[in-house]
Parts: sequence; C-alpha cells; structure tokens
Amino acid sequence: MSADAPVAGAIGARVPRLELRRLLSGNGRYIDDVKLPRMLHACFVRSPHPHARIVSIDTQAARQAPGVAAVFTAADINPRCEPFVGVALHRPGHRSPPQSLLAGERALWQGQPVAMIVAESRAEAEDAAELVAIDWQPLPTVGDQLQAIAPGAALVHPELGDNVAFDFALKKGDADQAFAEADLVIEEELRFERQMATTLEPRGLIADFNPGDGSLTVIHAHQSPFQMQHVFSRHLGIPEHKVRVVAPDIGGGFGMKLNIYGDEIATAVASMILGRPVKFCADRLESFVSDAQARDHRIRCRIAVKRSGEITAMEMDDLGAVGAYGMPLRFNVAEGMMAISLMGAPYDFEHYRARTRSVYVNKNLIGMYRGVGMPLACVAAELLTDLAASELGIDTVAFKRRNYRRPESLPCVTPGGQKLESVSFHACLDQLVRLIDYPALRREQAALRERGIYRGLGIATFCEQTAYGPPYYGPSGAAISTQDGCTLRLDPSGAVRCVTSLTDQGQGTLTGVAQIVADAVGVPLEQVSVIGGDSAISPYGGGAWASRGTAIGGEAAWRAGRMLKRNILALASAITQTPAEALDIVGGEVTNARTGQAVISLADVGRIGYFRQDTLPPDFDVQLSVSASFVANDRMYYMANGVQASYVEVDCETGFIKLLGQWAVDDCGRVVNPLLVDEQVRGGIVQGIGAVLYEECIYSEDANLLNGTMADYLVPMADEMPDIVVAHVETPEPSTALGAKGIGEAGLIGAMGAVWVAVNDALKPFGVRILHQPFTPERVLDALARGRAAGR
Amino acid sequence: MKAVDALGEAEIEIEVTINGRTVRRRVKARQHLADFLRQELELTGTHLGCEHGVCGACTVLIDGRTARGCLTLAAQVSGRTVETIEGLAESGRLEELQREFIARNAAQCGFCSSGMLLTAYELVARGRKPSRAEIRQYLSGNMCRCTGYHAIVDAVEAVAARQAEGERP
Repeated sequence: MSADAPVAGAIGARVPRLELRRLLSGNGRYIDDVKLPRMLHACFVRSPHPHARIVSIDTQAARQAPGVAAVFTAADINPRCEPFVGVALHRPGHRSPPQSLLAGERALWQGQPVAMIVAESRAEAEDAAELVAIDWQPLPTVGDQLQAIAPGAALVHPELGDNVAFDFALKKGDADQAFAEADLVIEEELRFERQMATTLEPRGLIADFNPGDGSLTVIHAHQSPFQMQHVFSRHLGIPEHKVRVVAPDIGGGFGMKLNIYGDEIATAVASMILGRPVKFCADRLESFVSDAQARDHRIRCRIAVKRSGEITAMEMDDLGAVGAYGMPLRFNVAEGMMAISLMGAPYDFEHYRARTRSVYVNKNLIGMYRGVGMPLACVAAELLTDLAASELGIDTVAFKRRNYRRPESLPCVTPGGQKLESVSFHACLDQLVRLIDYPALRREQAALRERGIYRGLGIATFCEQTAYGPPYYGPSGAAISTQDGCTLRLDPSGAVRCVTSLTDQGQGTLTGVAQIVADAVGVPLEQVSVIGGDSAISPYGGGAWASRGTAIGGEAAWRAGRMLKRNILALASAITQTPAEALDIVGGEVTNARTGQAVISLADVGRIGYFRQDTLPPDFDVQLSVSASFVANDRMYYMANGVQASYVEVDCETGFIKLLGQWAVDDCGRVVNPLLVDEQVRGGIVQGIGAVLYEECIYSEDANLLNGTMADYLVPMADEMPDIVVAHVETPEPSTALGAKGIGEAGLIGAMGAVWVAVNDALKPFGVRILHQPFTPERVLDALARGRAAGR
Repeated sequence: MKAVDALGEAEIEIEVTINGRTVRRRVKARQHLADFLRQELELTGTHLGCEHGVCGACTVLIDGRTARGCLTLAAQVSGRTVETIEGLAESGRLEELQREFIARNAAQCGFCSSGMLLTAYELVARGRKPSRAEIRQYLSGNMCRCTGYHAIVDAVEAVAARQAEGERP
C-alpha cells in the first residue's frame, strides 16, 4: 500500500446507502417508469421452435391493428446493424458465426426474436404480435451437450461442420503418473443444470434517436453504459460522440444485464427508422426465453491423494452447452475457462490436467451471470477433497489445513495458472472454525445420526477473481474498458459533486464511492453527492461486473479526491497567505495542519474560487474540477478469497433439504462499508443456495423450455433461507492505495460449494452421493434408492 | 381475421379511493390494477416483476389488506380503498420500517421493496411480536433477489418488537 493510504473515517464505517430513502418511498425511477414525449412501445414475436426454418412471415394483419406504428422483420432491421461475432480473439480456435438482431432464414432457439411490433402502447403491440403469421418448418434440434457431440448429431451451424465452439486443454506436471501412484483416487461426474439470473426487474431500455441532429440517447437498464455506447455507435453507424447511454435505477443485474441482446439493439434501430423514442421492457415470460442463461455443464473431475492426506493431482474435464452462439463481447466460453483455471486453486498440488469444451445447442445463449465458472471450480474441488478426507479417515478441516497453500509460499502460480499474492486461506478457515464451533457441530451431527436424523456440514474454500483488468479484455478484441474514472467538483457551497463511470444495481457502490471521496477530500459524507451510469458526462470507464466497482472505480475516486484536495489547499493558501503544506482539510473546513484549528471554510473557498477571483493573484489558476482514472495495466485480477460453511438436514423420507445455518468468512481486502458488504455476501449466498437446491431451466430433450414462468422456476424465498453469519479477514490489496478487492460473487461461489459438500456429507451414512444440481427432492430420493439397490 | 379480439376492450367506469383521494376513471376491462396505477395515475412505486401473482413486487393494500396488483383488475376495486407505497410513505405510516430497512441495508436494488414494506407493514400492524420464523413465513410471498433476506427479517423483527412493546412509531 502506498503512503497515501486512507485512515479510518467514512471509509470502513457502516454507512447506510444514500439512495435507500428514495427507493423505499416508491420514488425510484426504473426504466419502465420513464415516459418520453411521442414514445412508442415495442414487443417481439419470438420463435416457438428451438430450431426451425422460417418459410414465410405475413405481417399484414398486424400492421393494420389498432395503435400499430410499424411491424419489422429481419429484412427491415438486420441490414441496419453490423452483425455481431461472439468470438474471443484471445481464445484460439473459438468459433461463432455472425449473428443478426432478428432471425432471418432460421431460428436457432426458442425465444429468438423474429419480428418486432411497435405501437402506441405495449398492450396494443402485444395484441398485434398475435396477428403475425409465420410459416415454420421445424428442423432437427441439438438438445444438450451430449447430443451436440454425438456422432451424426444435428448441427446448430452447418457451416462449422460440428457443434464444437471451443476446445481447450491445459496441463501441468505429470498427472498420469500422479494418478497411477496415488493411494486414493476419487472421480465423479457433476451435472450443473441451466439456470437464470432472474432479476426481479426484467430487461428494458428506451432508445431515443433524434433525426434533427443524428444523436442517439438510450436510457438503458444495463450494467455498462460505456460498452453499450460503443456497441450502438459501431454497429449502428452513429459517431460515438453522438451516442449517450444513461442507466436509470436498475432492479438487479447480476451480470445478466451486461450482455448484448438482439431485441435491445433492434429497439434502437426502430427508433432510428421511426424518428421517435421506442421503449422495450421485457415481461417475465419474455425474460424466461430471452435473458442470457447460465451454467449447463457436465464436469468429470478426479483427485489423487496420498495416504498421508497429501493431494498430488487433480483433473477436470468440462463440457458446457453455451446455447446457439458465442455471447458478443462477453464470451460464454468463460464459464468453462474459469472452472478449469480455478480448480483447486486454494490447494498446494503439483500435477494437473484439464479440458473445457463449449458446444452449441439449440438453446438461448449462455451469458454472464454472477460467479461465472468460479462456483463450478469451488464445487468440484471442495467435494473431491471432502470425500477424499472422509475416505482416508482424516477430518476435513485438518485435511484443508494440510493442503492449503501456506502464506510463506506466496506469491505463487497455481497449476491452473492463477496468480496468488495476498490470499488468506488459513486465517479465514481458523476464523470459521471458531465462528461455527466446529467440534460442537460435529458432535451434534454424530449424536443426531444415532437417532436417524441426517445432518451434513459442508465447508468450502474459494478464490474469487475480482476486478478483471486489461490483460484479460485487451487481447480479447472486445472494446471493454477495465478502467474507471471519477470527476469531482467543489461547488460554491463547499459541497463536492462526484460523477463516476460506475453503475449501481443495488450493490451500494455509489455510496462506497461517496465514502471514499469524503475521506480523500476531507469533507463529511453528507456534503458529497454521486452520479453514476451516464456515458456522456463522466470519464470513460467500465461499469459494474466482475466485482470491480469499488476496487477500480473506488481507487479512481480516491485519486480524484486527493487531486481536488491539493487544488483546494492551493487556493486556500492563496486566499489566506499560508503555505499549502501548513493546511489540511478536515470535516469540510480548511484547518491548520498542526493545530487542527479552522482557517477557512470550504464554502468561503468555493465562493472566492468561483465569484471573487478578482481578489486572487493575477496568475493564480483556479481548478476546482478534477478528473482521475484508474486501471492496473498489468493486473489480470485482484484475487479475493474466503471460506463458507453450510449446515443442512436431509429428510430421507421426502428428499427435502433444510438449510439450518450458513456462515461466511470473506477476505475482500479493505472493507469500505461492512454494512453493505455483509448483505452483498448474504445475497450472493442465497443465489448460491438457490442454484444448488431449486433453480433449473427445465428443457425437454428437444430443447423446449418447460418451466418458463415464475411459478414454475423456483427461487429462494425468505421462508426457506437460514440466518447467515458473515465475518471478515482483511488483507488489503497491496498494489492500490485503497486496498479493496471485490465482493460481488464471493457469496454465491462459496455457498454453492458449501451446500454441495454439506448435502453429500449428510448422505455419507448411506454410501451415496448426489451429483446433479439442483438437488431436488426427486434427485435426493433417487440417490438414496440407488444406494439401497446397491445394498448399502 | 379480426384485427383485435374485442375481449377486455370494453370500458368500465370506476370510482375508487386511492391514497386517500377519490379517483373516477374509465378503465378497460382487461387492465389490471398495477397497470392502472402505473400507467394511468403514474404511481410507479408499485412494481411489476412477474404479472403472475408470484413475486409480490406489485403488492398494494386493498381495504387495508395486502393484495397483488397484477392479479386484481382495476375494475374490481371500484368502491374500495387502495393504498400504495406512495400513499403509505407520504403519510408517515411506514417511517419506522423505512428507518430500520435503511439502517440495516435491508434493500439493494429496491425493486421488491415497495411490496416487501407493505407486507411487513401488515404484519407489524397486528401488534404481536412474531418469531423470526413467522416473519420469514409472512414475507415468503415477496421475492427479493438481491439481499439474503436476513437484514429484512432483522428490520421487521426490530419494528415488530417495538410495536408489541407499545411504543409509538
């Protein structure tokens, strides 16, 4: 950490969110709350078939329906947009054909937009959509990853010759020999079903093309306005300085509102054609068939262990079904790549072999969703290590302590290629063991088993890559900036205005930025206001993804704050005829640095700086607005880490699983606001529990979605969730002044691992394992029945 | 083919008390209450998450009891009293819950919060001190995708405990 590091003040305090009073009074302004003059409403006709040829489309009746302004098909929309190619240039061999906004000759997944209705109201647009007559010729489908790689499979993209989008292997040491020489090898195949982010607010935007000046303003419920500014500019041929993307209040993102969607870009095209604002807000039924989905992996994994408990090798073979295309700019090969590169990262072992394949299927695209491939790595390694410890008769905590990378071995590079510098596996585990009273829980578990009550305790260790940097996105070819920026202005009243390139979907990042600015300048938090999410007014930046906001945008805010402080002190020095070095800013006042006595208020500095420059020396240069940007040129990520525990009870009669307790010890570097971080961790945990126990996009074998409503797709509600205890170890990121790493995904990653291990721990007396997520009662009972059939 | 199915296009005159004011409007038979509040009256604090009666984001009070705005037709509330987040917040009746929600960070994106607060308001208005399990059960019709529910339960528990002890909000 540099000498210019924060001291305790607003940073580190449990400060409530600045936006909450507004949001909790019904005064939020989400995308569907916004109306513009002459605004039209769009809805889409979507493919009912997973794979079908479009023989003809008759839009005649729809065009004549009440309120309809236009009906567009691929012929109208697609020529106005440069096709997207979802290939990651830094992944050699990755293939994805160009994709257009609306399906033209063929529809490749159920839900792909085919035609667009624009009308005076959404209701009229929906009415007219029902009048679009499409003559479909269904084609053979690729329903899942096993079908995709089977000989003679149907092809999603005939021009590619097969369904493989990407095939990548990595190898370290001699895994074959290590497995041959192991005292114990455990091998399992894990299944992770498709799921969804399921933001409570569906996707939406208003595209407002102004024919008068050729400018496009988009109010967009999106996590990265800068990414979308680039996309609208480049793909629609509008000069970049004439595109402005503004994020309103957003009802949850979780990565899903980071992706590129044909229907959203088509909305902008419609506005350009019609010269009027066009709103598209997906309803829930559309969300289920059009929001980017997540996971959908089959993972074969093994571990080699010595009798002593030493791990010698791991192996992972991942087969992921990424949908019908690569996700433009956001690369759905990332789940598999992250899974194989993070596998076993907390553990000190030498030999590793891994492969990931992404294959195309006739399903909606996989895109970014919280955790990406990291929870898959956590589940695989934590399950295998826990099972290995049990088989060897070693306590799982002792096994972890034996195999974790030791602090003195840092920095190091793991067999999967992960650079670890400031991780704290041992410290986190020690704290967790105390927190949960581990020996007491084990005693209780054993005692209850005697009475036929089957409880399981799962402990999961994880690494979280946070704040991805330019070494990742740069070579990918995607115009995604990993820098963030901050502009600060001293107002005449002495208050500080902040405009950040970050966005906030509820994380509280903007409050964290305000805390950082307050401390960096020396003003009370109440004198700082923050605006984010407007691509036209802040320094260029990224936005919200990969747990990056506070680590990157917070560092930029710190730097801008220090710059503004220097400039204020220079002006105060000129006003008071005191050397700037003898002055400080504390509590919103310029003070004597030595005595702490007030010298001049910031309001007086502001008044003179803006209105009475005539009283200053003729050559004095007043600069009370400053901007700073930050990115770590050489950092792939800041690696955070943590440990979680889950305590569950499995009802072996019904197959129901009850979460009894959940604990997390997390190390995200410096904690800027523990109040916000704790509930962020808990929110991630609940999504992780949902993934393991409830959430599944259920498709038929031929790729028809069977549960596309909120009534049928189960998410965690308050009643099923336990109280969640959160604690921290703070190992500041050494390379920044702020020392913050990310926290957004940690909860989900660790919870998935912990619940997987806990449920399988509960089933150990039956000699069975459950390896198919989500762990529905049916799958639990099937696992128990398999055990009985095997005579266990 | 007919241009539009006439079903639900019929208009009905309603008179309803919304947040203490009498509102007279002609509404389409098919328009649900949440759309009526949001589109016709611009009371956008009532949110729509599923339009299916599952997520609870559109929760309002009808004659003092929580109801789904998406499962109620506007035509059905004629002659009744509807209260939304705006009305309850402006009246100050949510103040204590709002303060606890803010202090405990019991909201993130805020999209569920209107419904969550109204359901919590109904619970604490009963004046009994519920257990955490009872609070969780009572809130189980309101989906929150951001928080871990823990802080929401904490906030409701604190307010309910105070009200049960007879303190005035």
